[in-house]
Amino acid sequence: MTNASAQVAVINYGMGNLRSVVNAFAAIGAPVTIAQSPEQLAQASHIVLPGVGAFGDGMKNLQEMGWIPSLETEVRAKGKPFLGICLGMQLLATLGTEHGDCKGLGWIDGIVERLPLTEPTLRIPHIGWNDVEFRQTDGLGQNLGDRRDFYFVHSYAFLDLPDEIVSGVTIHGCTFISSLHQDNLYAVQFHPEKSQKAGLMMLQNFIQVEGNHA
Amino acid sequence: MLKVRLIPVLLLRNGLLVRSEGFQTHQIIGNPIHEVKRFNEWNVDELIYLDISQADDYDLRRDDHKVKDLTDPLAILDEVSQTCFMPLTWGGRIRHLEDIRQRIHRGADKVTLNSAAVKTPQLITEAAQVFGSQAIVASIDVKRQGMGQYEVWIEGGKTPTGLHPVQWAQEVERLGAGEILLNSIDRDGSAQGYDLDLIQAVAAATRIPIIACGGVGRYEHYAPGIAAGASAVAAANIWHFRELSDRGGKRALAKAGIPVRLK
Repeated sequence: MTNASAQVAVINYGMGNLRSVVNAFAAIGAPVTIAQSPEQLAQASHIVLPGVGAFGDGMKNLQEMGWIPSLETEVRAKGKPFLGICLGMQLLATLGTEHGDCKGLGWIDGIVERLPLTEPTLRIPHIGWNDVEFRQTDGLGQNLGDRRDFYFVHSYAFLDLPDEIVSGVTIHGCTFISSLHQDNLYAVQFHPEKSQKAGLMMLQNFIQVEGNHA
Repeated sequence: MLKVRLIPVLLLRNGLLVRSEGFQTHQIIGNPIHEVKRFNEWNVDELIYLDISQADDYDLRRDDHKVKDLTDPLAILDEVSQTCFMPLTWGGRIRHLEDIRQRIHRGADKVTLNSAAVKTPQLITEAAQVFGSQAIVASIDVKRQGMGQYEVWIEGGKTPTGLHPVQWAQEVERLGAGEILLNSIDRDGSAQGYDLDLIQAVAAATRIPIIACGGVGRYEHYAPGIAAGASAVAAANIWHFRELSDRGGKRALAKAGIPVRLK
């Protein structure tokens, strides 16, 4: 079942692999476009912030390309469903710590930190398929059971957030937050667009989400 | 728990998929897109695609196997990324930051740097700053020089560098690489199993994930690579010549007590 009125916009802010995200939404039959400029978000029903790269560069690009006011309006004021993927999740933080401290969007009250090397055999970056233990089974986690493998490729993450917004956790040396949900904000540290069937199911769940003030 | 990755490596040479032996013999085995579709249906963990084309040397013998636009490996990447909902690493002929940008923009999640990393090591650092360490894989091709001596070779195994793989691995980690694809030239296409001494030496000296490559001839060859310290096991030829090579490989790893994704 697809949401016929959904119009997904994937933000192009010069960070990483947009093509895969667009291909994945197209594969589940969701109308999807790459938003090249901030005003295009007005037409979207669902907004996706993907991203591969460093925190500082990501924030700089969002600022310089003028995305932030438009995101504030469409996501925060109008309450459109928002999905942050990987760096797109991290940028929601109040603070990032990659290559020195850097302020984030501040929509989620938390800090993005480097995964600690807690064990001698542990390797960072955390790359590969790992379990997401779902703490919420509605929202993005629908029809995915209690735990499921998703594909991760990252060195930084939220290590601590208030329980009520944590929708999934993963262990790599320590427990970190792999999925969060706060109002209309959804964000995942892994890559649903690269996680085959489970990933496509999660994107399907996202486009079923209705906006706050729809 | 993080699962061990089992990774097929596809070698693209002048528009065709090939198998390789000792980095020298290259036998044509098929169409570069069909194989990816098959792997996608099998839900393989990840895919590494290496473009080992030689400039101006396109093979025109087998028209039936080739894709439309032979002159542009990036057109192949476009096609691949449309059917591939799995992690994709793309390597070969990457010299500049712009080459990396193009490949990531077209659907690669990671790129490998090999010859360019040796010739211009700062490229690793620059690339890691822009794309993140996790997107930059240092690919290291190693040849045994008798009596346990190893040397890094570049340019498709044609040029010695004087670098020792352990020192070079530590250096690429320091420069910002997020992963190492460690390939043994001697074992390439030999079906004798991984060079375990090499894997052990490099893994012990680094804290980033190591992908072992070169020499797998049986599914039972994977597990010793993990025991030697690799985080992921890759192979090329075994994926082409055996049916159900994903399931077979996973089962052999699971039997050895190694966590894998069985779905």
